[in-house]
Amino acid sequence: MRWDFATVIEHADVLAIGAVGTLRIFAICLVLGLGLGLPVGLGRYARNPWLRAPATAFVEFFRNTPVLVQIIWFFFALPILLPFQIGPLTAAVLGISLNSAAFSAEIYRGGIQSIERGQWDGARALGMSWLQAMRRVILPQAIKRMLPALANRAIEIFKMSTLASAVAYVELLQQGKLIASLYYNPIEVYTAVAAIFSVILWPLVQLSYWLERRLKGGE
Amino acid sequence: MTVLRLAGLVKRFGANPVLRGIDLTVERGERIAILGASGSGKSTLLRCINFMELPDEGRVEFGGQVVGSERDGRRRYAERELTQIRRQVGMVFQHFNLFPHMTALGNVMEGPLTVLGQDRVQAEARGRAELARVGLADKADAYPAHLSGGQKQRVAIARALAMDPALLLFDEPTSALDPALVGEVLGTIRALAEDGRTMLLVTHELGFAYHVASRVLFLADGLIHEQGTPAEVLKEPRQAATRAFIASHKQFSL
Repeated sequence: MRWDFATVIEHADVLAIGAVGTLRIFAICLVLGLGLGLPVGLGRYARNPWLRAPATAFVEFFRNTPVLVQIIWFFFALPILLPFQIGPLTAAVLGISLNSAAFSAEIYRGGIQSIERGQWDGARALGMSWLQAMRRVILPQAIKRMLPALANRAIEIFKMSTLASAVAYVELLQQGKLIASLYYNPIEVYTAVAAIFSVILWPLVQLSYWLERRLKGGE
Repeated sequence: MTVLRLAGLVKRFGANPVLRGIDLTVERGERIAILGASGSGKSTLLRCINFMELPDEGRVEFGGQVVGSERDGRRRYAERELTQIRRQVGMVFQHFNLFPHMTALGNVMEGPLTVLGQDRVQAEARGRAELARVGLADKADAYPAHLSGGQKQRVAIARALAMDPALLLFDEPTSALDPALVGEVLGTIRALAEDGRTMLLVTHELGFAYHVASRVLFLADGLIHEQGTPAEVLKEPRQAATRAFIASHKQFSL
């Protein structure tokens, strides 16, 4: 067989638009997914059952349902229940962010619980409130331990963004599909898409290694 | 002036009573050594005083104020009030509990900075002064991982002092140390005693209790079994349990 990358390169601008879409949804889901995970993770081990039960239910529900199903559900079912339309971006962001929040909540919970009781004792004995102890003493140490897992989650979110193509959100895979359907060169296009993903992710992975090394300082 | 008064303090862990009714009045400047076998409730007693553990029954009076409020026949404690008490009570732990992500100076500044809301310049000046007091001015920039056990414990003492505590609680401050490092920590505590600080000290160092304490309590089964001057309790104990405890501690002394 003959590889035909010429048409792929010719339509690099189409893929570039897709890459921007991928980066946009990635940025939104990264912030929402990892950000929401923290309060959920804290709720997961709260002593108050009114905090713990909903947090646990949230984690169990979103961890145990496929993201693709969630995205499609948000796109098609939610507008029936709610009085407004939901665009492909919103539907995909909801699915990916809530799923990532459920997974990262477990990372936060594990990281925070791995900090020795003595650290809480030291902070509380100084007269710190729960929030002060968390912010000044517990989280700075826990983040270091959680970083590899959180970086993994970020990489996962980046790749999950392709699921947004199921509701026709303009991102890399969606644009690849478009080119492939016009020129019948799916092998070349998907090879290119895979290569772009790996090229964008490479510096991200390096950044996480670098952060990990940097945060190790002092201990 | 009375710093602390405990009345009928009871603490249970599940069905297991650890403290079974402790009455204790601590006057300003008193240095009280608390002795007792492991499991006698010494550490729990200290932890009830700064409310790291909530007592199940009884009253704690701090600086003339009863802590908590009575409701439905039970004493309730508001977190905000307990946080206020902890700011005025310094605690030094067996395992130091220094913050490993902060330098020695960072550890000592943390209370004034975060809890008292002092500005950085003020907190740093205070931190350096307290480090100098415990003889560690030159270790300000060292992280806990690079300090010896004795140095760590002295940083922990400086951290407690930076809060200007009205009362200092020491929970077996030398039990986790190599024998060679015990002396420097005891020396630091002794200097604080000579400054007239009010302190409660749970310890197994009978010699130190004898020389530094103004009063010695012997705890057994969650009760104050015997108390008095160091000479009374350590040299002429009246209770059989106290005698047995002291004998077991002297078993291998030279």
